[in-house]
Amino acid sequence: MGKPMQVSRHWRHFQEKYRLIGGKCENGHLMFPKREVCPVCGSRSVEDYEFSGKGKVISWTIVRNPPSGFEYYKPYPLALVQLEEGPVVLAQLTDVDPEEIDFGMEVEVVTRKVREFDEDGIILYSYKFRPVR
Amino acid sequence: MSRAVIIGAGMTPVGEHWKLSLRDIAVEALLNAMDDAGIDGVDSLYVGNMVSGSFVEQENLGALIADWAGLGNIPAVKIEAACASGGAAVQEGVKAVLSGLEDVVAVVGVEKMTDAWPSDATRYLAYAADADWELFHGASFVALNALIMRYYMKTYGYTEEDLALFSVNAHANGAKNPYAMFKRPIKVETVLRSPYIADPLKLFDASPVCDGAAAVIITTPEKAKELGVPKEKWVEVAGMGRAIDTINLANREDLLTLKAAKVAAEKAYRMAGVTAKEVDFFEVHDAFTVMAALSLEALGVAKKGEGAKLAKEGQIAVDSDYPIQTMGGLKARGHPVGATGVYQTVETVLQLRGEAPNQVPDAEIGLTQNIGGTGSNITVNVFRRV
Repeated sequence: MGKPMQVSRHWRHFQEKYRLIGGKCENGHLMFPKREVCPVCGSRSVEDYEFSGKGKVISWTIVRNPPSGFEYYKPYPLALVQLEEGPVVLAQLTDVDPEEIDFGMEVEVVTRKVREFDEDGIILYSYKFRPVR
Repeated sequence: MSRAVIIGAGMTPVGEHWKLSLRDIAVEALLNAMDDAGIDGVDSLYVGNMVSGSFVEQENLGALIADWAGLGNIPAVKIEAACASGGAAVQEGVKAVLSGLEDVVAVVGVEKMTDAWPSDATRYLAYAADADWELFHGASFVALNALIMRYYMKTYGYTEEDLALFSVNAHANGAKNPYAMFKRPIKVETVLRSPYIADPLKLFDASPVCDGAAAVIITTPEKAKELGVPKEKWVEVAGMGRAIDTINLANREDLLTLKAAKVAAEKAYRMAGVTAKEVDFFEVHDAFTVMAALSLEALGVAKKGEGAKLAKEGQIAVDSDYPIQTMGGLKARGHPVGATGVYQTVETVLQLRGEAPNQVPDAEIGLTQNIGGTGSNITVNVFRRV
């Protein structure tokens, strides 16, 4: 699984992955990522909404046996983070000692490398979260 | 509406079948089921399988298996619903029979996982999750379940020891099942001493990567009579339900409610005209210990937050009030993902015929619950002794 697949597959999500832009429907329901149809009320009128990037850890784990392609990075912490605006996001935690991770820990978004492919492959970047110091 | 009855059941042992390919085990299970029913042909075939294209570079399983089983030019397709593919394939077979379009239907569930490198297997299993928003971030399937497990323990005050009891029960039952992958009992300490795969989830909280195939033959009571299948072999498919939930765990309204299982169970109970109380045993989807707890809650066996309490109170053993995993469950029998729902069905048939190695006394009604994804696609089927 060394090949980067299509560059376009990852490029098309740059708004979400680099700027944490999700959606807000006409009735004010927030979502991440953005969808065509609001999962709460069914509205099809959804516009871009940029989240602040601040949130709290709801649950976390340490990935010790990763899927192929991520072996080099193991072990790494993965968490469900509830953004201060409400929606929950799955992401890696970074700049953190696994021992200090706790329920309710306050975190903020940063852009980091998620993985590399072969020498001639692309490098994937995305949001991760780090503790607020 | 007519009824659907299972008249034949067969399976291969679950394990690491180095000498056998996907087609070998699928054909073996299918022929075993046909022999059990005493028939030499079927009108159509439904194959439950999750991810053979990645594991063994083989799709079009309908054609492959029907061809190699010598079934002629019948219709045959693969049904995919992640780890719930087997349960979904059984349902599609039942629907075909109930529609009146097909008289005698075969369903085979199969997964050949051990031909893949372990980290690749981990990747393929994660295809059941959300590729862009979960696997992208390095989430394995185990990791997603670990997030649920930690939150469950925190919310209701359970310990790793409490959840380990589900594995202990599964192994106790698997020890007596000749088809189980792990035929040995374990202790709570065995689970606690096993290494973390994704904290707090340990190796012995999780079901194994393995190979296996299971099959059933479904028809109507009228046709079963015509074929001369003795009534002792019949097991009625009394009710079924299936529902989905958000594919991305982070988008779930409540991380600790298997809403899809709840909806599916309500449908299945209504169709069968039974309540959870009347069910004699439950084959639930314990791919991870926490999923057994959440399943018991969603099926209405335990109150919300009390699934793990049933295990602590000793109420899940074969001789107790709510027997689960009577043949070892996913943990000890093994979890060849797309085959699991059909294994559950075969085991339920054996229980209701009174032929199970861990027989639930006087079992009349049994239930199977099969989870795809982190609860994103769930089937519930209710079976009744004829």
